[in-house]
Amino acid sequence: MNAVDTAVILKDLLWKVAKDCMERGMGLNVTELEAMAKRCRRNIVKMVYNAGAGHPGGSLSAIDMLVGLYGHRLRVDTDSPKASDRDRFIMSKGHASPGVYAVLHERGFLTESDLDTFRKLGGPCQGHVDMKWCPGVDFSAGSLGMGLSFGIGCGLAATLDSSERTAWVMLGDGELQEGQIWEGVMAAAHHEIGNVKVIVDRNGIQNDDFCDNQMRMFDVSQKFSSFGWSVMEIDGHNMEEVVNAIDWADQVTGGPACIVMHTVKGKGVSFMENNPKFHGAAPSEEQFELAMEELA
Amino acid sequence: MSAPSGGGASRDGYGAALLEMLDDDKVVVLEADLGKSTKSCLFRAEKPSHTVSLGIAEQNMMLVAAGMATSGYVPFASTFAIFSERGFEQVRNGIARPNIVVHLCGSHGGIHTGTDGSSAQSIEDLAIYRTLPNMTVIHPCDDISARELTLQLRNHDSPSYMRTARNKVPRAYSEDDIQKLQIGKGVVHREGDDVAILACGVMLNEAMNAHAELEQAGIHATVVDMHTIKPLDTKLIDDLTRKCGAFVTAEDHSVIGGLAGAVSEYVVANQPVPVEMIGVQDRFGESGGSDELLQIMGLKSSDIVDAVKRVIARK
Repeated sequence: MNAVDTAVILKDLLWKVAKDCMERGMGLNVTELEAMAKRCRRNIVKMVYNAGAGHPGGSLSAIDMLVGLYGHRLRVDTDSPKASDRDRFIMSKGHASPGVYAVLHERGFLTESDLDTFRKLGGPCQGHVDMKWCPGVDFSAGSLGMGLSFGIGCGLAATLDSSERTAWVMLGDGELQEGQIWEGVMAAAHHEIGNVKVIVDRNGIQNDDFCDNQMRMFDVSQKFSSFGWSVMEIDGHNMEEVVNAIDWADQVTGGPACIVMHTVKGKGVSFMENNPKFHGAAPSEEQFELAMEELA
Repeated sequence: MSAPSGGGASRDGYGAALLEMLDDDKVVVLEADLGKSTKSCLFRAEKPSHTVSLGIAEQNMMLVAAGMATSGYVPFASTFAIFSERGFEQVRNGIARPNIVVHLCGSHGGIHTGTDGSSAQSIEDLAIYRTLPNMTVIHPCDDISARELTLQLRNHDSPSYMRTARNKVPRAYSEDDIQKLQIGKGVVHREGDDVAILACGVMLNEAMNAHAELEQAGIHATVVDMHTIKPLDTKLIDDLTRKCGAFVTAEDHSVIGGLAGAVSEYVVANQPVPVEMIGVQDRFGESGGSDELLQIMGLKSSDIVDAVKRVIARK
């Protein structure tokens, strides 16, 4: 055996060890995931309050699924955030960054003090999630409509690599108004991409107003279904349904799968719930105190 | 430099380069229903497993390429130059901003594209891609140089935009002198002390013709193939500023923001000397033959000759 062969075998062995080290989820049960989601909600509101800006509404609607993904499913490695065989999570609605940072903190990618850098100069927690700034972030978002396409690229690459890694993409329901989304929806079905899973956060509100007043999306599930996707609808705030939906999506292998989760924008904070004002606004000091009481 | 024979379209060189990368399983090719035109079809025919057809959907193609690049692949994505612009914000936010190494090729650039008319004639692509941090912007003049520069992109460490042209022009390179080609370095094809003509794409041929006319008039021009618009070969411009003291830029592109813009921005901020610009004068094209369009747009060798005389008078 020559030196080159030895090096190849060693590299292969090391890769296999690293792969085995990557945990799938965090081994938490539904009750523990619900507790984690509550901690995340507190951090989301804190981050936005401390920054005086940000998007609490869509972070609070998405957070139960984010916790479900990171706590139950995603194979990622805090010691090696760029490990080639990790699962990818693509937050296409990048303004929900406080939600992502909160869950990355729970998973061990970010410290508590990292969360204090949200929207501050030089910190990892940029206003919109950014792969160049933040460990554990796989996609630089901020411009809506792009994440599904990126996820398809990750999925195609995984297939070429004969890897089991999966790309999970979260889209906003307002974001579905972007034409590029439907280019991607067609492409994923055409190429029968079974390693791309989409979650639509159907909270019904976008920047200016309720989605139904801006551009009605009608039956989102039917739309995906008619393009050739497997679709499941759930209550996005019921952790048991969240976990079951993730497991269901994992079982879909012959083509792309979409979870349409019905959520409440601002979920968990009374004055933010279903309120378009808190798509992209920080609470006042008084509102912050009230939110912390509600999330205690 | 030897005198190459025959003619070649730069898009053919792109296709030929893809074929030379068939044995590299990290190279993937992406198309948006124009593979027959951009010449990526040649790769697809040989290696469909590594070719992704994305339909008439350029925005999606840009981000699919980005996703593959972050997974260890080297994507070469192509469409018409003009339709790549539909995905410009995708290139900006999804490729250049995170500095993901995707190689985008826009074929059929410039008014030289001809009879399809103004909707197909991109005259602003070099300008817009040049404004993006991290982007390399290349516009080769013939098939041989396009092939060599595309091959160099395989190991390039930043995203790129390469514009190719539809039609054949006389070759400026032969197989013997491809070693002179390097991304970011202009290639001097003729040497003279009176003026430096910096050309790219199909306009290098016009610049070479202008050189011959100028020699007859006793004017000695340097002619450069400025195939890389960004990063600009500023060392060469410094040398030519000292040697010639005047520039004429020549491009099949708007005079706003492309090669003319890049050269002028550098010259005025360093050692200001006169610059004349040959290019499309802030107007759209129209249907017509390539040579007819070059004439009505003022892009012929005779226009370069006139610009040389003007710029020398300004020295």
